[in-house]
Amino acid sequence: MASGQPEPLVALRGISKRYGDLLANDGVDLEVAPGEIHALLGENGAGKSTLVKILYGAIQPSAGEILWQGRAVSITSPVEARRLGIGMVFQHFSLFEALTVGENVAVALPDLSLRDVRARLSQVGETYGLALDPRRPVWSLSAGERQRIEIIRCLLQNPKLLVLDEPTSVLTPQEADRLFDTLERLASEGRAILYISHRLEEVRRLSRRATILRQGRVVATADPRAMSAGDIAALMVGSEVGRVEAHEPHAQRAEMLRVDHLSLPPQGLHGQPLRDLSLTAWRGEILGIAGVAGNGQGELFEALSGERLASRPDAIRIEREPVGHLGVEARRARSAAFVPEERLGHAAVPSHALTDNALLTHHGEGATVRAGLVAPGAIRTLADAITRQFDVRVPHRDPEARRLSGGNLQKFVIGREIIRQPRLLVVNQPTWGVDAGAARLIRQALVDLAEAGSAVVLISQDLDELFEIADQIAVLHDGRLGPARPTGEWTREAIGLEMLGVGAGEGGQHAA
Amino acid sequence: MRLELTPRAEISPWARALAPVAALVVAFALAGGLIALLGRSPLAAFQVYILGPLGDPWALQELAVKATPLILIAIGLSYCFRANLWNIGAEGQFVIGAVLGGWLALRTNGTEVGPWLLPAMLALGALGGALYALIPALLRVRFGVSEILVSLMLVYVAQLVLDYLVRGPWRDPKGFNFPQTVTFDPAATLPAVAGRIHLGSVFALVAVLATAVVVGRTLFGYRLRVTGDAPKAAAFAGFEPKRTTLVAFAISGALAGLAGIVEVSGQIGQLQPAISPGYGFTAITVAFLGRLNPFGILAAGLVLALTFIGGESAQILLKLPLDLTQAFQGLLLLCVLVADALVSYRVRLVATARATP
Repeated sequence: MASGQPEPLVALRGISKRYGDLLANDGVDLEVAPGEIHALLGENGAGKSTLVKILYGAIQPSAGEILWQGRAVSITSPVEARRLGIGMVFQHFSLFEALTVGENVAVALPDLSLRDVRARLSQVGETYGLALDPRRPVWSLSAGERQRIEIIRCLLQNPKLLVLDEPTSVLTPQEADRLFDTLERLASEGRAILYISHRLEEVRRLSRRATILRQGRVVATADPRAMSAGDIAALMVGSEVGRVEAHEPHAQRAEMLRVDHLSLPPQGLHGQPLRDLSLTAWRGEILGIAGVAGNGQGELFEALSGERLASRPDAIRIEREPVGHLGVEARRARSAAFVPEERLGHAAVPSHALTDNALLTHHGEGATVRAGLVAPGAIRTLADAITRQFDVRVPHRDPEARRLSGGNLQKFVIGREIIRQPRLLVVNQPTWGVDAGAARLIRQALVDLAEAGSAVVLISQDLDELFEIADQIAVLHDGRLGPARPTGEWTREAIGLEMLGVGAGEGGQHAA
Repeated sequence: MRLELTPRAEISPWARALAPVAALVVAFALAGGLIALLGRSPLAAFQVYILGPLGDPWALQELAVKATPLILIAIGLSYCFRANLWNIGAEGQFVIGAVLGGWLALRTNGTEVGPWLLPAMLALGALGGALYALIPALLRVRFGVSEILVSLMLVYVAQLVLDYLVRGPWRDPKGFNFPQTVTFDPAATLPAVAGRIHLGSVFALVAVLATAVVVGRTLFGYRLRVTGDAPKAAAFAGFEPKRTTLVAFAISGALAGLAGIVEVSGQIGQLQPAISPGYGFTAITVAFLGRLNPFGILAAGLVLALTFIGGESAQILLKLPLDLTQAFQGLLLLCVLVADALVSYRVRLVATARATP
């Protein structure tokens, strides 16, 4: 496909976008040819999202032009973009919660009947390994399953250019492999693909040409296979990405959290039940929970945090005390801390300032609230300390949570918990959609917390992350948790198989 | 062609602050058009509705009297609305407060009972409103019933209960068969502070100040805001949503009930079939025009009280129907909501393009 220089399908020339003082895109040039898988790399805040939104007509550039098949076009709306043949899978899903999978797809394809949509949905889903029940309502789906809808919805529109923003962050290695096959097939059909990712290995596997953005500017366009992962990361971040420093497991193990045969019925018609789930988290160690989205991660998190109560008090113990019947504040009072998956709306109130959001999990402590009265000074001090210690980059002092980029908000919500040095920390997908620099900082903070003697439960779909920092890993599949084993005893293949529910029996032998 | 609303990335604080003012101006313009259609001069109507009452000392006192129940109720409603709970039944809570507080006044009528009577009536009024508001709240937390429908329907129940009482068991035997109770004793009448302005206006000011502190500075106010803005985050913070619902409704009902007994004891002096020109509903407009901010509600309460007084003069001087006042209040609520939407969203006209295969 790289025979000579084919006529680009789309070419961006000198695209700039200014928001007040901030230049989100600064003279960006980018070309994507038919049949090419072009990678777009950059940290959060590098201007990738802005560029992609311009290409999709969601926002208008302040300067520059877009050539589509050599002809200057102005893409005034997503409808216009779709009409040209641009399909987009956003990182943040745009789905109607109350509608079913089939209806959500049908909305984007007004010319087809719901029945046709369902049929094509199953067909495309099977072809590309993105199985979905068209009758399930979207609110009952996990983040990973929602992303599958977005991808399928795009493919059904038969686009000439497909833009994918971090598509593999919620897939198993096997599923990701299948997606790569799919993308390669789509490219060989002559479609152009613009692939946005933080994962260098993926990019090196998929593309021959990558554009790297930093601070709104193109810093390099090159063949990622001709460069080392370190070189690419250095271009993205602007400095060498250090590795997370591992720590030695403690010799003496002290039990911090024990879950004992916990079962929870499904919430809602399509909820995932938890089935007879047991685990132990030890002080000084990180327990990794691997698994594909939608296998009970959210349910497990809510059971551990106390947002959902267990049927027996002794199903969950913190430092040997039964807490299954206690709510989230009572568990926080026992030195537990929690970070849910969803940053906006669950971990933080989008429309509230950071100071208010700092109070969200700190209102049970003496300093911030006295006799029912909030102490603004104490909260400001707290929010400033979190912002400083965890390198949260803010556009101005005390912004609303939704003004922060994903990585910076995630640093804030994790810092908010770590700053009080909890003896137990439960985190769900802490680096989902977060840039490399922020992910490294977050992982290092988790490792340091364990080093200081706390127990960390890390629920994550990112195997690289688990292999990098977890001391033990257990796999969650269909609401059941397999046995935890030291990370060194696992292979990626073994985990991948257990994530798919295939290797449970063999896995047991593997451990013995 | 169709209209498309897209959220604005940046919302200017100026636009947010000026939206209610713009809404007011547009509502006045629309009402002026309506009056012109009725064959009257809009300028004369403006003179009668707005300038007349503002230039007349008697009318200014009347303004405070009419604004008092509006402000009390709207302040209560702001607790519910902040937490995204829809109490539409303040009118009913107002009536039940008046009935329960009025019951004590009637029971003690003609007897010497000491200085506790008035405080006890006020407490009963607030209690009655709170208990009545807890009906939709309990049905919501227990069975997930829509609080909007239940609270609204309970308004009619309350009005019929009052109607039955004043026509039946509580009717003044010497009242020439008029459906009304005896006039309250002076001991059961809320004292005046200046002219026609009674103690209730002081309560309204206290409610404004207290709410400014509660919402702005207390953990409870924070709890309401988080519950309204992000319910899942509120649960994560450990704020039990059921308790929030019950407490917000209880406060809202208590203030509506207090407004009810204050109106009956300070203003009307007896129970009769109609004790409110729709204060409980108009207060919804007041709450939103005031942006749920206590001081905003204070100002908005005065504005809408003006429309009540102006409406009465317009009926007499211009022979305009009293319904026009309600139409204007409805228009105003609509304009406020539209202005809020325009502040947060950009409207675009989009040409509907057929998807090309």
